[in-house]
Amino acid sequence: MSRPVRFVPIALLVVFLAFVAWRLTVPADTTIRSKLEGKPVPSFALPEALPARATFGSTDLATGKPRIVNFFASWCVPCIAEAPVLRELKAKGVAIDGIAVRDRPEDIAEFLKENGDPYQRIGADAQSNVQMALGSSGVPESFVVDGRGIIRYQHVGPIMPQDLDLILTELEKAK
Amino acid sequence: MIAELGLAALWLAAALALLQLLLALGFAKADGAKAARPLALLQAILTLLAFGSLIAVFLRTDLSVALVFENSHSAKPWLYKFAGTWGNHEGSMLLWVAVLSVSGAALAVLEKRINEKMLVASLGAQAALGLGFYAFLLFASNPFARLNPAPLEGRGLNPLLQDPGLAFHPPTLYLGYVGLSVAFSLAVGAMLTRQVDAPLARAMRPWVLASWIFLTLGITAGSYWAYYELGWGGWWFWDPVENASLMPWLAATALLHSVNVLAARGGLRSWTMMLAVVAFSMSMVGTFLVRSGILTSVHAFAVDPQRGTFILALLAIYVGAALILFAARAATIREGAPFKPVSREGALVVNNLLLSVILGVVFVGTLYPIIAEALSGEKISVGPPYFNAVAGPLALILGALLFVGPLLRWRSDRRPLAKWVLPSALIALVVVGISFAFAPEMSLLARFGLAFGTALLPASILPLFGRSLKRTPLAVWGMVVAHLGVGVALIGMASDSAFTQEKLTVARPGDKMQVGPWLIELAGIAPVAGPNWTAIEAHLRASRGGGTETLRPQARTFTSPFTETSETAIHTAWNGQFYAVIGRQRDEGWQLRLWWKPFVTLIWLGGVLIGIGGLIALVGRLWRERRWGRQVAE
Repeated sequence: MSRPVRFVPIALLVVFLAFVAWRLTVPADTTIRSKLEGKPVPSFALPEALPARATFGSTDLATGKPRIVNFFASWCVPCIAEAPVLRELKAKGVAIDGIAVRDRPEDIAEFLKENGDPYQRIGADAQSNVQMALGSSGVPESFVVDGRGIIRYQHVGPIMPQDLDLILTELEKAK
Repeated sequence: MIAELGLAALWLAAALALLQLLLALGFAKADGAKAARPLALLQAILTLLAFGSLIAVFLRTDLSVALVFENSHSAKPWLYKFAGTWGNHEGSMLLWVAVLSVSGAALAVLEKRINEKMLVASLGAQAALGLGFYAFLLFASNPFARLNPAPLEGRGLNPLLQDPGLAFHPPTLYLGYVGLSVAFSLAVGAMLTRQVDAPLARAMRPWVLASWIFLTLGITAGSYWAYYELGWGGWWFWDPVENASLMPWLAATALLHSVNVLAARGGLRSWTMMLAVVAFSMSMVGTFLVRSGILTSVHAFAVDPQRGTFILALLAIYVGAALILFAARAATIREGAPFKPVSREGALVVNNLLLSVILGVVFVGTLYPIIAEALSGEKISVGPPYFNAVAGPLALILGALLFVGPLLRWRSDRRPLAKWVLPSALIALVVVGISFAFAPEMSLLARFGLAFGTALLPASILPLFGRSLKRTPLAVWGMVVAHLGVGVALIGMASDSAFTQEKLTVARPGDKMQVGPWLIELAGIAPVAGPNWTAIEAHLRASRGGGTETLRPQARTFTSPFTETSETAIHTAWNGQFYAVIGRQRDEGWQLRLWWKPFVTLIWLGGVLIGIGGLIALVGRLWRERRWGRQVAE
């Protein structure tokens, strides 16, 4: 066996060790950055989620001021945890549009009665099509959209009290 | 008290391992082997005592022990309290150490074929391996840590793990993983004492065989466990955790074949030493990948980098040292007897090359997500499309090699082999033809899997032709059974991938539906309760032709901790399995997932046959050597 060949295994080991050691010291960033950040909202139009309640489409988002698009559902437990924070955002004058994912009107009404209603408009996404189009992987999830209808920030999971400053900063940046 | 006893035993065992290592390094003057043997034995007794203590505190649900509090619950059935001992990180590492030291003791007590010098060196290597894991347990994951004050109730165990399969699956795999440590230690001992030869191979062979049997059975059982417990209808998902057990198996399979060449013909010396090191390294890589959590997906949230670093450091030291030793000694390892390309050796070299390439494919695929992130920052996951497309054809070539390989003679074979190979090739061709006629849109992989699997059934028995069946060594019988198992498993895999019929539907009580040959009626839905769970149970009546079968799949909700699982219901017929899962309630109905999987059972039957084949060969080898040893003594 020639001399260099004998050292191939140990060289491979060193490469392997370097790779995994690097990965151990730089823990994986588990947040998935939306590829749509910085891009316009994909076009969609949602049917009404509740009778006598305004719905919206992608073209209604470019209102000149930043706003939040929030995916929620009455069957989603973290959404209940998120509700007080959304109410607080509303109290601070933030405009929020809701998208009810795979839900029924009577359940949505019940959910809003119990947990408060922070939404300006609510659309129904019965088959998760809009959710998919925006690259959202679960409920709840929120998008900060600027005044020209461009997605500025994607928040995966519920907005908890400790995330409030982060969201307000993102809204400020989107102005 | 019991916990402290266990901890003390562990410390003592670690001290003995240190002594054993020093002995091998030549610091102690005493007659090496005489002292090393009892040391290894005592060490095994102490680790077994420690492991027994942990089982005892789990059975008594001693909540003052932190590990019990975190992983057990007084309301749990006793079997799961018992299995809960190793259903967590600390307990499984203690099991690992126990198996490691028992293997060392078995080597010390039973091994008579190699000389004392090599035995002491090998036991020293084994002790060095042990020391690292003792340190890991004692400093970074003490299973006996106490809680003061003791809590009133435990936090329970992951309900997915509340299954009889768990009681046996991990220990079986561990026996396999750690058994390979003996092959590693023997290789290191042989390289240190410059005795890489046929007697070493004969000493190493039963260890490799035994570990390989456990790995084979462990993987087969794990595959069936995932199949019925996860409720996804699949039997292999190319998940990093599964690959972690497949990689040592691939290396051990290659080693199993190459060690035979070394034992019989004295050939492939360096290669066999390399494989012995690689096989155990793969066990450690697998453990590292699973324990460190560096490969788990976005959904992982309980990762402990400290543990990962510890295992990685051990891996670097052991594998690094062994590979440096290999590089230093490779020049002094003599070449074996020469052989022609068309020979048993030649076929085994091709076998080894293919297995190594498959191992490389699985290794790269498993680690590729890290590599991709390092190079381009992209987050990707590698799944069945890659593994099936790359490893599948290689495995099929390996299967085709079985038509001829086992028939070849050692050194050189000039016989006209066509008359042996032709019937197998013909059978494969006929199956391909029939499959084109009846199932034109079958995938290429499944079609050839079916063809080669079918042809392998008779082909694997060919080595018995022209032999006196009474005089045929058990090892040959074992090989025939194992290769037959490969054929059976191939047919099962191909049939499952090509002929499975699936139906996802929302049904109300009284609804009827057709799945393959089965007419299914949802007769009713009822709530049921177990000791620590409640469930919704569907009552399905399945019929085809004659009788009616009843299946009761459940959607379970566990109370501590709160978790939802689905319990599949499976009806096994002679020609396949009917598999039912119940999901959420939707729109006045219930989600049902129903599968008819023709001949899917052959996958695990094949796996078991492969394991039994290994067992027959192992018994044959040990029996033969004992008789041979007795003759020598006389």
